[in-house]
Amino acid sequence: MKTLAELAEIREKMKGKVAMRQNDGNETRIIVGMGTCGIAAGARPVLSALVEAVSKEKLEESVTVTQTGCIGICQYEPVVEVIEPGKDKVTYVKMTAEKAQRVVAEHIKGGKVVAEYTIGASVAK
Amino acid sequence: MRELSLNILDIAQNSVRAEAKNIEIALLEDENGWLTFRITDNGKGMDAETVRRVSDPFYTTRTTRRVGLGLPFLRMGAEMTGGSFSIRSKPREEGEGHGTVVTAVFNMKHIDAVPLGDMVSTVCVLLQGQPDIDWLFIHSTPAGEVRLDAAELRSILGEEVSLGETEVINWIRDYLDEQYSSLNP
Repeated sequence: MKTLAELAEIREKMKGKVAMRQNDGNETRIIVGMGTCGIAAGARPVLSALVEAVSKEKLEESVTVTQTGCIGICQYEPVVEVIEPGKDKVTYVKMTAEKAQRVVAEHIKGGKVVAEYTIGASVAK
Repeated sequence: MRELSLNILDIAQNSVRAEAKNIEIALLEDENGWLTFRITDNGKGMDAETVRRVSDPFYTTRTTRRVGLGLPFLRMGAEMTGGSFSIRSKPREEGEGHGTVVTAVFNMKHIDAVPLGDMVSTVCVLLQGQPDIDWLFIHSTPAGEVRLDAAELRSILGEEVSLGETEVINWIRDYLDEQYSSLNP
């Protein structure tokens, strides 16, 4: 049975961790398009998978997952943008929960862009 | 949309963009298969002319594209089942009690009704994206009620820990799943 007391425990556990986070603009941002087009194309499970994978890989101190509206390329939804400090933005298109897990493991954690999922690869086809 | 819960996720973003501080998502199911969805916000509202036009698919406030489909999808989904759709709004300029109320009624037994789908994921995504809004989610069924009050949870978490933290969202997911499974033992 989930109780509110458990939430108080999470609070105690998280308090210290939250204070340690960098909020100096040096974090990596993962942005998911959650407009009507994104949601209809399957953005909800993509977002959930990204949040889950970031937590699983213990990247929360340096990576944030945020939502935005329509990015303007509806035919490529679900769209995920990765913005790393000092690097060019990477746009992943036609995402799925499985692809999202791979992006977190190989790109966010491993530092290697998953080229086959990017908009460049999609347009070239 | 393949699930009503996806449509609800989409509609809720309108309330977020309207700068609402309180957003209530209510689902009311009766014994006869009718489902009433109502979202009430205290955002900036709309004037009468805009209200008239928002359920028209060729009207949108967005400037990136000229077609807005969120509310028309909801309206179409409801009306296809023999249900109804309505929207009421009071703009901020008119003072106290401003905000918007969207109501859609569905006959879930109708052949054209899409399933409600995964409301737990919809609520979790909304809280993750907008952890500072006072969301109130109530799903009332003949078998009982599922309820989540973001303000209540935030009062336990305090100021340091956001409702959007993954550990908190995971707890919320379990909390809601548990309430739902107690409705269908």
